[in-house]
Parts: sequence; structure tokens; C-alpha cells
Amino acid sequence: MEKILTIIRKEWSEVFKNRFVVFAVAFMPLIFTIIPLVILYQMQGSGEASEIAGSLNAVPNEYAAICGELTGQDCAQYFILSQFLMLFLIMPIIIPVTIASYSIVGEKTTRTLEPVLATPISTVELLAGKALAGVIPALLVTWGSYTIFTIGTNMIAASPLVTKQLLDPMWLLAIFVLGPLLSIAGVSLAVMISSRVNDPRVAEQLSSLVMIPLLAVFMAQSFGLIQVNKTVIIWFALGLVVIDTLLLYFATQLFQRETILTRWK
Amino acid sequence: MNDMITTQSLTKKFGENLAVDQLSLSIPPGEVFGLLGPNGAGKTTIIRMLSALIGPTSGQATVIGFEIGKDDYDIRKNVGILTEAPGLYDRLSAERNLGFFAKLYEVEDIPSQVEQYLRMLGLWDRRHEEVGTFSKGMRQKLAIARALLHEPKVLFLDEPTSGLDPEVAHLVRDFITELRQEGRTIVICTHNLDEADRLCDRIAVINARLLALDTPANLRRQLFGRSVVFHLVKAEEKYSKVLEGKDFIQSVKIIDDKLVVTLDDPETYNPILIRDLVSHGAEIRFVGELRRTLEDVYLRLVKTEEEK
Repeated sequence: MEKILTIIRKEWSEVFKNRFVVFAVAFMPLIFTIIPLVILYQMQGSGEASEIAGSLNAVPNEYAAICGELTGQDCAQYFILSQFLMLFLIMPIIIPVTIASYSIVGEKTTRTLEPVLATPISTVELLAGKALAGVIPALLVTWGSYTIFTIGTNMIAASPLVTKQLLDPMWLLAIFVLGPLLSIAGVSLAVMISSRVNDPRVAEQLSSLVMIPLLAVFMAQSFGLIQVNKTVIIWFALGLVVIDTLLLYFATQLFQRETILTRWK
Repeated sequence: MNDMITTQSLTKKFGENLAVDQLSLSIPPGEVFGLLGPNGAGKTTIIRMLSALIGPTSGQATVIGFEIGKDDYDIRKNVGILTEAPGLYDRLSAERNLGFFAKLYEVEDIPSQVEQYLRMLGLWDRRHEEVGTFSKGMRQKLAIARALLHEPKVLFLDEPTSGLDPEVAHLVRDFITELRQEGRTIVICTHNLDEADRLCDRIAVINARLLALDTPANLRRQLFGRSVVFHLVKAEEKYSKVLEGKDFIQSVKIIDDKLVVTLDDPETYNPILIRDLVSHGAEIRFVGELRRTLEDVYLRLVKTEEEK
């Protein structure tokens, strides 16, 4: 465990000196958190919410059901906010992918992996250190942003019932279960792709492809094609467990000492 | 005392490519051992196998009594390696770089070990600076410090002076000499034949397989014999003929005003040769031994191998 912590500390002290990484970890979550709150704030008293509430029929039927005891305006606010909640599932992917891409490709370009592999550290410890160095800040930032988002909503929204809806078990499941699973998928893919490319930006972009299914769900929800509910989240999580297992297996295979030293170019 | 490194039929294949072929050798404690060979000869692969970075395809090897493939953790804990590229973290300071590796090597008193080697290699005053600002020589010195942090008994140095300016290269060589005096076993992989000649107790010339293994002096002797050069006022054919008849002489050549005589034991036979030449009227200016360089040895071995 001590060596994993050593790797994590080293990764952080190195990658956080990179402005792209700092942007991904600090500014992006800030923007993702502030924008919905600003929109919510502008909706207050602008009559916009009332207009939407007036046309509640335009809101997907399932939303009307989910809104339950919410008034028309509260439901409209919740509808808008829930669109942005998906961003909190993108964060756990983008952040570790960025960190892992810069970390692993950086090690390749400076040829620092061989001296590290020559120390009495196991491959699992090294890979775990690298993965956790990406996943931990991603989850902390995501959960922190979600907390700020919820507190901000509670302060701005017309009714505390909107906040209550944001703390619905479905969203908690999404943020606290789906988020880590997405992070693991992102970091595993970043490890695999980073072993094949020599530019961290290319690795980052290719690894970000893991977001495509998530974006598809996001778009489908925005267009009212599907409605994200607890069942969808659970199926998504179960699918991710399988995908994560496969990705971790392949990433570990690619992260073997001999493979790194002889095939990583 | 047991050998620090032994290999028996050590072989490594990468796909169809035979990188190391049936290597058998042993290296006693305290020896500076040179690995010479052309690019792609398998030198780095040998070092990687012996430092438990990669496994062999077949054969066995032990390092400090630990068997590669079985005791890899112990091997990595007890050997130091200077890789071909320094491999340092540019965004971290020199002190932080060493501190990081000291933790991975499970060094007990990290601050004092880091300070000791930074001072020893003249980097203490720049310990807080990012390594990215360092010159190539400073980076190489820092990489050497890293290889020594955990006080390894066996040290593998892959091209330790490659690309360094003469002053830093000299400093590194002196440092290697100091390490030898401390009793460490050192394996050097180098293309610098003069360096190998000066530093190494024994040298293995390899090209996937072992071509030759001996002390530099013995390698010269085995390949070229020993030659004595008689510098004459005027070299004539008759002097050559005087010497050619003797059974202890292998060959005689006239080059300018010099007679180059190849023979096995010049210490014994030189007085006889001098006496005979003088008695036949030769005027000898001085006598010296023709010293073949390790480069001559190396080139002949590699060329012979290529011709096969």
C-alpha cells in the first residue's frame, strides 16, 4: 500500500504541473457546476419557468410521473437540472482519462518507466497507483461538484422539493456507483491507448471515446427518446461492471513489464 | 566466495528474433565486467534479464544468489541499474526524484541517503531545481545516484558515459572506479572500447551469443599474440631473415624502419633477438611492445562472427 501511495503522490506532484490537467480537474467541473446554477437563477422570476410549467404537457410523460408532488414550476426546474446532472457522469471519465494519458504517455516520452519497473514494485502496485491517481481526484471533484450543485440548487430553486428530487436514490446511484465505474472504464482505456500512442492529447481524445455511450444516453434523454430512471442506471451499472472487468484485464496485460519495455514505442 | 552473477545457457527470444543465445558466464564479487557488442547484440537484454526486468525464454541465472524468474523481488531490491536513458521526472526536483525512487527501493533513512549521493555527485546545491533544467551530464549523474540509493551489491550500467562531454565522462569513470574499490560488482554495457579497456577486469564480447570472454590483455594475446617492435636506423631484409628461422617466432614484418616480430614470450626471447640483430650489424634505436587496442580485438571478433 505504501508504494501505491508513493506512486499516487508522485503522479499528482507531476501531472498537476501540466496546465491541461489542471484545466480538466479544476475549471471543467467548476463550469459544469456553475452553468446549471446560473440557468436556474435566471429562470427564477423570469417567467420562463412558468411558461414551461404552463406547457407541462411538452415535458415527457414519465417526467410528469417522476415529478410527483412537485408543482409545475418545480417540475420544470427539476427537468432542466436533471439534463445537467448527466455532466456529473462525464466528469469521472474526462478527469482520469486526462491524468492517465499525460501520466503514461509522459512516462513513455521521458523513458521513466524502465527505472520504475527496475525497483521492487509489483506491476499491480504500479498500475493501481497510476489508476487511482486519476480516479481519486475525479471522484472527489465530481462528488464535491455535485454537493455544491445540490446546495446551490437548494438556495436558488423555488422549492426544497427540487433539491430533494436531486438527492433521489436514482441520482445518488448514478453519481456514487456509476461515476466510479465510468472512471475505471476511462482510466483502463487510457492505459491501453497510451501504450500505443506517443502524444498525450491523442491518447486523451481516443480514450474519451468511452463517453460516446453516455453521450448517446444524454442526447436520447434530451430529445425525450428515453427517460433515465433507476432501472436504466442499474442496467448501465451492470453493463459497466462487465466492461470494466474486460478493460482492466486488457489494460493489465498491456501493462506487463516485458510488454512495456519491448513493445511500448 | 560465491559468484555474484551466474548464467547457464541463458536465452531470450522476441518472437523469432534470438536476442541472447545460450549465454553462460559467472562474475565474482567486486569485479567490473564489460559487455561489448554491436547494436542489437543483446547487451541491454542481458542487463534487463539480470536485473529481473524481463524473463528469459530458457536457461537459468542467479544474481546475488537469487534466481531470476523466481526471486525477482529480491533481485530488484538488491541490484542497481543505470538504464540507457536517464529516465528522470523533468517536472520534479532532483531531491524529489531521488526521494521517490528511495521509497520504491524501501530505503530506510531516505533524507540522509539522498543527501549523501547528491553531495557525492556534486548536485546538492541544485537539489531543489527541476530536473528538466539539468544538462545531460547532470541528469546522468543523478541517474547514477538513483541507481546507488539503496546501496546495491550489484550495479548494472548501460552506456554510463554515452553522450557526455569528456570532463563529465572522466568524472563518471572515476566514480565507477571508486565504486569498484567499495567492493561492488559492476556490469558495464558500453560501446566505448577505451573505457571498457580501462575500467573492466574482464570483458565479454557478444553478438547474441558469447564470442569471447577474458581480461582485455588476454583477449589481445589470444587474438593477436604479442608483438615486439624493433626500431632500427635502417631496416633491411637480411635482419628479417635472421629472425624468421627461429622456432619461437610466429612472424616478422618490416614496416618502414621497424621490424615487427610476433612471438609468445618476449620477456624471455627479447635478449636473444637483440643480440642476434646486433651481431648481424643492425643498429637498434629502441625496442617496444606493439600494443593492440581493444578496438582491434573487438573488430576482429565481430568481423569473424559476421563472416560465419
